[in-house]
Amino acid sequence: MRKIDLESIPYREELHEINKVFNVKKVTKNTRTLAEREIHHNKIVGSLEEAEQRAGLKNGMTISFHHHFRNGDYVVNMVVDKLAEMGYRDLVLAASSLTDCHAPLIKHIENGVIRRIETSGLRGKLAEAISHGLMDVPVVFRSHGGRAGAIEKGELPIDVAFLGAPSCDPYGNANGYIRDTAEGIMCGSMGYAKSDATYADKVIIITNHIVHYPNTPFAIPESDVDYIVKVDEIGDPAGIMTGATRYTTNPKELLMAELASKVIFASGRFQDGFSFQTGTGGASLAVTRFLKDKMLEKGIKASFALGGITGSIVELHEQGLIKRILDVQSFDLRAAQSLRDNRFHHQISAGYYASPYSEGTAVNQLDVVVLSALEVDTSFNVNVLTGNDGIIRGAIGGHPDTSFGASVSIVIVPLTRGRIPCVVKQVNTVVTPGKTVDVVVTDHGIAVNPLRKVLRQRMIDNGLPVYTIEELQKKAEQLVGVPDPVQYTDKVVGVVTYRDGSVIDLIYQVKD
Amino acid sequence: MELKKVGVSGTLESSDVMITLEPGNGGIEIELSSTVEKQFGNAIRREILATLESMGVNNARVTAVDKGALDCVIRARVKTAVCRAAEVEYNWGGDGQ
Repeated sequence: MRKIDLESIPYREELHEINKVFNVKKVTKNTRTLAEREIHHNKIVGSLEEAEQRAGLKNGMTISFHHHFRNGDYVVNMVVDKLAEMGYRDLVLAASSLTDCHAPLIKHIENGVIRRIETSGLRGKLAEAISHGLMDVPVVFRSHGGRAGAIEKGELPIDVAFLGAPSCDPYGNANGYIRDTAEGIMCGSMGYAKSDATYADKVIIITNHIVHYPNTPFAIPESDVDYIVKVDEIGDPAGIMTGATRYTTNPKELLMAELASKVIFASGRFQDGFSFQTGTGGASLAVTRFLKDKMLEKGIKASFALGGITGSIVELHEQGLIKRILDVQSFDLRAAQSLRDNRFHHQISAGYYASPYSEGTAVNQLDVVVLSALEVDTSFNVNVLTGNDGIIRGAIGGHPDTSFGASVSIVIVPLTRGRIPCVVKQVNTVVTPGKTVDVVVTDHGIAVNPLRKVLRQRMIDNGLPVYTIEELQKKAEQLVGVPDPVQYTDKVVGVVTYRDGSVIDLIYQVKD
Repeated sequence: MELKKVGVSGTLESSDVMITLEPGNGGIEIELSSTVEKQFGNAIRREILATLESMGVNNARVTAVDKGALDCVIRARVKTAVCRAAEVEYNWGGDGQ
């Protein structure tokens, strides 16, 4: 080989990092077979403890988790138990969401392992304890899009992401299903984990199932992954998802679903190539059924369906009524299987789904979204986070993101739940600002945001039961009376942020 | 109206209230548990008291287990329990006893 004099290269100072000569002795070729390499040369470490140490985790750092295992998740508790045992303190736990099964975190908050929490939502005993003042530092609530945006912008820097994955190859290509066997854990899309994997400083995949390389198509690419830990169990399949989400048989929910579908038909958006998302909640899911009948009747096809995906959306896709599915989170087994098997059922990250900082973000391409709510007020503000007793019992999810992005956002809410009024003068907690909410559908009629004059006229022209939101609120009050206001202390326990990270409301400690 | 024995009405179903009435120790005593205690506890107590008063009952122990019943339901359940506890026939045709 030619003898090389680096000094002879003109303008070398401008050629970045051109400062060493090739040394053939540094090249050692690995002639092992793929099978041997998978065993001897990989990213798998012996234990969770080892992965945590090698990732350089220190007190006060931010650790992140996804919530694709929903109420069947073992990963959060397993990791935090281990961190407590190793003596870590003052950690920031940034999960895409937390739920009932995370009640064991209470003791780790009490003993100082967890100093603060970032999440989309809280439920169960942990939520109750926090509402009663468990934590010194308030919980920061972010929408799915808001969280993705904060991670992208560095406002929520993640030091170490602990991402549970139903399958992973020895180099870190991870998936929410196992392609080769019908057994094992299945969560479908890993959309929320994808954003964490891209931006976290260190990424640890926790899996119960190592598969052969290459585990493609992957949810998380090996290039994002630093370490892999194999454990016996990562979740309880029964808590992760059920076979297929059934349509509700509750007549009140069906009534509202049918009314919401009529709103869609009358909205002017129901035309060939339209796009939509139907959120969770019995009535909102059932809208899909009414959509299907009308699409067949009119020969209309949707260009795409977005969001949390259920079997009912998959059914329409497989019948050719929905061309593409963009799936950030699979809600049932049917959806997860379709993600695995259908070419145009595509897995997207939280950022792709709803980041506020990209014009092309998927929620901005929605014609119609159908959402549910705990409460709506006469300014059309929506609460999906705190119950009528002031206690945290829900999650922001993609509510403000889709409501903002869709050209028509429809919120389904019963006028009352038992004796609790759901259309009120002022919601307990504002999560989605009324300015972005277009139609409220109740079992006693609909109200259209006065900002949407054309839309309102279309509803009237189509003979829908249109009232003012004040009329609906009064109707609720006549039925159930006026509840005594919830009693709070002056201690802030939760900070509710809007998509851009600005503070839209505060949650206070409830008085006992 | 004077209560003679224990009278029960209502169920533990959602949106119902179960009222148990028995002769009291002079005056009205209400023991309430409700799923909407924080928001409607006072309203429920007021409704029970007003209904008892309208029927001339002034000596009773009331146990109310409420699952979010509306005022009209509370009134109906209290009236029925009073009739059963006082061993009087309720006149379904009118708005009387």
